[in-house]
Amino acid sequence: MAAETLAALLLLADGRLPAGGHAHSGGLEPTVAAGGVHDIASLEEFLRGRATTSGAVAAAFAAAACAALTAGDTGRFAVLDAELDARTPSPALRATSRKLGRQLQRAMRAIRPHPCWAELGSRPHHPVVLGAAAAVSGLSPSAAALAAVHDAVAGPATAAVRLLGLDPFATHAVLARLGPLLDDVAADATRRAAGSPADLPASAAPLLDLAAERHATWEVRLFAS
Amino acid sequence: MLHDQNTHDRDPETDDHEHPHPHPHTDTAGVLPRTPGRGLRIGIGGPVGSGKTALVAALCRALGSEVSLAVVTNDIYTTEDADFLLRNGVLPEQRVRAVETGCCPHTAIRDDISANLEALEELEESLPGVELLLVESGGDNLTATFSRGLVHRQIYVVDVAGGDKVPRKGGPGVTRADLLVINKTDLADRVGADLSVMDRDARAQRGQLPTIFLSLTEDPGAAPVAAWVRSCLSTMD
Ligand SMILES: Nc1nc2c(ncn2[C@@H]2O[C@H](COP(=O)(O)OP(=O)(O)OP(=O)(O)O)[C@@H](O)[C@H]2O)c(=O)[nH]1
Ligand SMILES: [Mg+2]
Repeated sequence: MAAETLAALLLLADGRLPAGGHAHSGGLEPTVAAGGVHDIASLEEFLRGRATTSGAVAAAFAAAACAALTAGDTGRFAVLDAELDARTPSPALRATSRKLGRQLQRAMRAIRPHPCWAELGSRPHHPVVLGAAAAVSGLSPSAAALAAVHDAVAGPATAAVRLLGLDPFATHAVLARLGPLLDDVAADATRRAAGSPADLPASAAPLLDLAAERHATWEVRLFAS
Repeated sequence: MLHDQNTHDRDPETDDHEHPHPHPHTDTAGVLPRTPGRGLRIGIGGPVGSGKTALVAALCRALGSEVSLAVVTNDIYTTEDADFLLRNGVLPEQRVRAVETGCCPHTAIRDDISANLEALEELEESLPGVELLLVESGGDNLTATFSRGLVHRQIYVVDVAGGDKVPRKGGPGVTRADLLVINKTDLADRVGADLSVMDRDARAQRGQLPTIFLSLTEDPGAAPVAAWVRSCLSTMD
């Protein structure tokens, strides 16, 4: 196992990682359409909400998957998969998570070949694959959690720049202000990583669920989710 | 227990996973290999409105009865191009997939090809023995080009209405595409485009690579392009 390096984490958390994320807005596109995000202040509110709900869940599952693989317990992947399904009431969001999971799995097969990619099956959830990717990169569960919650806010922030023409500097300043919150979310996720999967956080975001369901029915959309 | 990645040299025969479904293995050079029994993937790129969808439709008409064929579209507005192909009865629904590109059509064919690979693999799974897969890029600027990890060949479509300066401007599509199609020659007179200038500049930019002048309104089967695709299908390079 490779020693943990910051370079490995930067690679995994870089928006340029070719794993399909650029085409997803994390619920931002339908939220913009509904008037929920229209400027920097409302974007910040949206991202805080996302970090503490779906972001926190993703971080916990990424940390748990990382811990499981590092401990050699790949049997846990199936349990984590079922637990994450149970925390994702929107069928559209479940499909999105599995699509992004499969895309990250495909990319990681080439980036860091490892037997775990086969063990994850054909449609794994994204946070579980991200956790495995962190483990294979020699990273700890806390790094996996941080990458997951960072991903949960950085994607929609970029989508806001593209959809609303928001100032990219002001948008990145929002991401910078979110730093301490992301650290807290990741720390909490890390504390729970080795515990029972049933006890992982289940923070819900009903508005994101509804937005995802509406978005999936749109005839014309720029983002896949 | 984790294996050091350096001990895992990739070998297509003894790779790290089972093959319940076919999917291509990018080799170490990052170039999609042509594999016997697997379909030929051709990317079709070019500026907005140059005639990409019209060309895809023409190729479907010309080749649809000869080879098993499927199409992935990347329109900015998701299903517009796919709907056109369905509406016009060129291809049945199960042979067309639409991919969303998050406002960045060039990213989806070049920097992050994940969603397109996914769509192609799903088509290959649902249509065993599919021989030809066309990927239409969303209309984009002259700097867009297809990744060699996504397609085996690429066709770049420009039109005379965009101005006879386009070949001279170059860009990777114009200079390096395996085939350059200059479409809408029927409009040349009306827009004051000099085809000989386009021909001269295309030769200068492309060296030995082929260029075809086309009018899809006059040749709805795109005969010379269909012939070029047939020649690609018949070789394994
Ligand atoms: N006059 C003329 N019109 C053409 C020709 N080929 C295509 N068109 C027309 O040009 C318009 C655009 O063609 P499309 O095939 O939709 O172009 P596209 O490149 O797919 O466009 P986007 O996907 O929106 O980038 C349509 O109205 C076509 O009917 C041609 O050879 N001559
Ligand atoms: Mg089109």
